[in-house]
Amino acid sequence: MSAVTALLRQPLVVALILIAGLLWLGETLSPGFASGQQILRLLIVAALLGIVAAGQNLVILGGREGIDLSVGGVVSLSAIIAGNLMAGDNAGIPLAILACVVAGAFFGLLNGIGVTLLRIPPLVMTLGMLGVLQGLLVVVRQGIPSGRAAPALADFVSRTFLFGLPGILWLWVVIGLVMAFLLNRTVFGHRIYAIGSNEQAAFMAGVPVKAIRIALFVLSGVFAAITGICLLGYSGSSFANVGEQYMLASIIAVVFGGTPLSGGKGGYTGTMAGAFLLVILQSILTTVNIDESGRQMVFGATLLVLMLFYGRGRSMRA
Amino acid sequence: MASIEAPARPRSSSAVKRAFERYPFLPALIILVVLIALNGWFQPRSLSLVGVTGLVKTYLALMLLAVAQTYVIYAGDIDLSAGAIVSLVNVVIVGVMAQWGGDGVTIVAALAIGLATGLACGIVNGIVVAALRLQAIVATFATSIFFTGLALYIQPVAGTPAPTAFWRTYGGRILEIPFVFHVVVLFAVLLAILVRTRLSLRLLAVGDGQQESYQSGLPVTAIRMGGYALCGVFAALAAFCITGDTASGDPLVGGKMTLFSIAAVVLGGSALSGGYGTVVGSVIGALIIGFINSLVFFVGTPSEWQNLVQGVAILLALMAGVLVGRRARA
Repeated sequence: MSAVTALLRQPLVVALILIAGLLWLGETLSPGFASGQQILRLLIVAALLGIVAAGQNLVILGGREGIDLSVGGVVSLSAIIAGNLMAGDNAGIPLAILACVVAGAFFGLLNGIGVTLLRIPPLVMTLGMLGVLQGLLVVVRQGIPSGRAAPALADFVSRTFLFGLPGILWLWVVIGLVMAFLLNRTVFGHRIYAIGSNEQAAFMAGVPVKAIRIALFVLSGVFAAITGICLLGYSGSSFANVGEQYMLASIIAVVFGGTPLSGGKGGYTGTMAGAFLLVILQSILTTVNIDESGRQMVFGATLLVLMLFYGRGRSMRA
Repeated sequence: MASIEAPARPRSSSAVKRAFERYPFLPALIILVVLIALNGWFQPRSLSLVGVTGLVKTYLALMLLAVAQTYVIYAGDIDLSAGAIVSLVNVVIVGVMAQWGGDGVTIVAALAIGLATGLACGIVNGIVVAALRLQAIVATFATSIFFTGLALYIQPVAGTPAPTAFWRTYGGRILEIPFVFHVVVLFAVLLAILVRTRLSLRLLAVGDGQQESYQSGLPVTAIRMGGYALCGVFAALAAFCITGDTASGDPLVGGKMTLFSIAAVVLGGSALSGGYGTVVGSVIGALIIGFINSLVFFVGTPSEWQNLVQGVAILLALMAGVLVGRRARA
C-alpha cells in the first residue's frame, strides 16, 4: 500500500495516469479520439508547447521566484522573423534559424541581466519585456508583409520523418534527452538545483549564481525562439500574437510536470508529460459539442481540479 | 548593524531615507511629476481641464484595478484573474440594465449585483489560493479562464449598449464639476478609511511573514481570503468605470488590464513579495502608465512605433522604480 502511495506522489506518474484517463475519456466521448493518427497530431501540438516549456522549466528550477512571462512575445517575434526571412523558400531556413535563435538569446540575455545584475524581480522584468516585445511585433509587422514557411519546415513539423514520426517529435525527444542529461549528469545541472533550492548556500559554495541565472534566461529565450520557428511550420504563415497562448500555458505545463514555482526541484520529463496532458485536455474540449463559453468554464475548472493533484502549499499547522 | 552605521552617515541622507520609508511611492511621484511636466511641454492642452478629465475618465478603471491588485500583493499573493473579473462584472451590469430597462433604480440595482459578482469572484479566488493552498499564479490564471467563460456565456459578443443615463452621468458634470472628479474624491475617502482598517494592516503582516503571522495567532487563511475579496470588490468598481467609459458590454474588455494592474503596483513602489507597499503608490503607478501612453502620442511618435516606445518606457520606469526604491530602503 505504501509503495502505491509513494508512486502516486510522483508527479510524472500522476501525469501519465491522467493522460491515460483523458485519452480514454476522449475515446468514449468521440470514438477515434485516441487513434494513432490523432495521438500523433496531439503530440505535435504538445511538442510546440513542450519546447517553450523547457526554457520556462529551467528558469523556474533556478528559483528566486524565477518565471519568464516574455516567452509568448519571443515565440510570436520568432515566427514573424522566420516567416519573413524564409518567405516560402528552403534556402532561407539556415539564416532564419540563426536570426531567430540570436533574437531569442538577446531578449533572454536582457531579462537575465535585469534579474541578476539589477536585481529586478523576474515577474516584473519579464512582464516589462513582454510589453517591449509586443510593441516590437507591431513595428516588424507594419514594415514587411507576413512571411510564409519554407516547404521543408512545414514537412519537418507535419510529415513523417523517421519510424513514422515527424521531425519535430524527434527534435522534442532529443531536447528531452539533452535536458535530462543536462539536469542530472552535468555540473551545470546540479548548480541549477543548487541555486534553486538555496541560493545563499550555493553562492558560499562557489557557484557562479549570476552567470547561471543569466544562462537560464538566455536558454528560455532560445527555446521560445525554436517554438516560434516550429509554429510557423505548423501554421504555414505567421499571424499576430500567435505566441501569446504560450505565456501561461508553459507555466502550467511545468507545474503539471511536478516542478513547483518555488524552484529547486522537479525536472523536464514531467514537464513533457504536463504539456501533453494540457494539450489533450484542450483537444477533448474542442471535440465535445459545447459552445466557447462552456468550454472555457470547464477548462478553467478542470485546471483547478488537476492542480489539486500536484503540490499544494504546506499547511501552516505542519 | 544599522545602528552602528547610522551616526556616520550625513544627516540629510537619513532624512531622505526616512521620507522614502514613510512614503514608498516618492520615486513614483517624481516620475509622475516629470511625465506631467513633459506632457504639458509637448501639448499644453493636455493639462487643461478637458484634457485631464479625459485622462482620468480613461484611466480611472486602471487606478481602481491597481488598488484591487495591491490588496492581494500586500499579502504576497497575486491575482491574474483581476481583468477577467472586470469583464464579467461589465457584462453582468450591462445585461441587468438591458433586461430591466435603464432607469435610475435599475442602474443602482445592477451596480449592487455587479459588486456582489466581484465579491463572489474574489471569494472564489480566496478559496482556491488561501484555503486549498494552490499556487496563486497558476490558480488565478485558471479562475480567469473560468470567469471569462462565464462572461462569454452571459454575453457571447461585444456590443450590448449601456443605458444612456449611465454613461451620460459618467461622462457628465454635477454642480459644474466633471462627474469623474466626484468619483475620485469618493475613491480617496474610501482608501483613507481602508488604510485605517485592521484588514490592511493584517494583509501586510501576512505578506511580511506568513508563518510568523500564523504563529502569533493571526487567522492567515481568512486574511488572505479577505485580500482577494477586497480585490474582487475593487475590480467590480473598475468595471463600473470601464462601462461608463465605453458605454457597452464586452466579455473580453478587461483581459489586457491584468498585467497593467500588476505593473502599476510595482511602479508604485510596493514589493511583489508582499509586506510592503501603499495603495496611493498603485494609483500613481496607474497614472504613470496613462501619462506615458499620452506622452508617446503627443511627441508625435509614428503610430506603428507607439506600442514599442510605450513598452520600453514602462520597462524603464519599472526598473527605475525598483532600483530607486531599493536604494532608498537599503
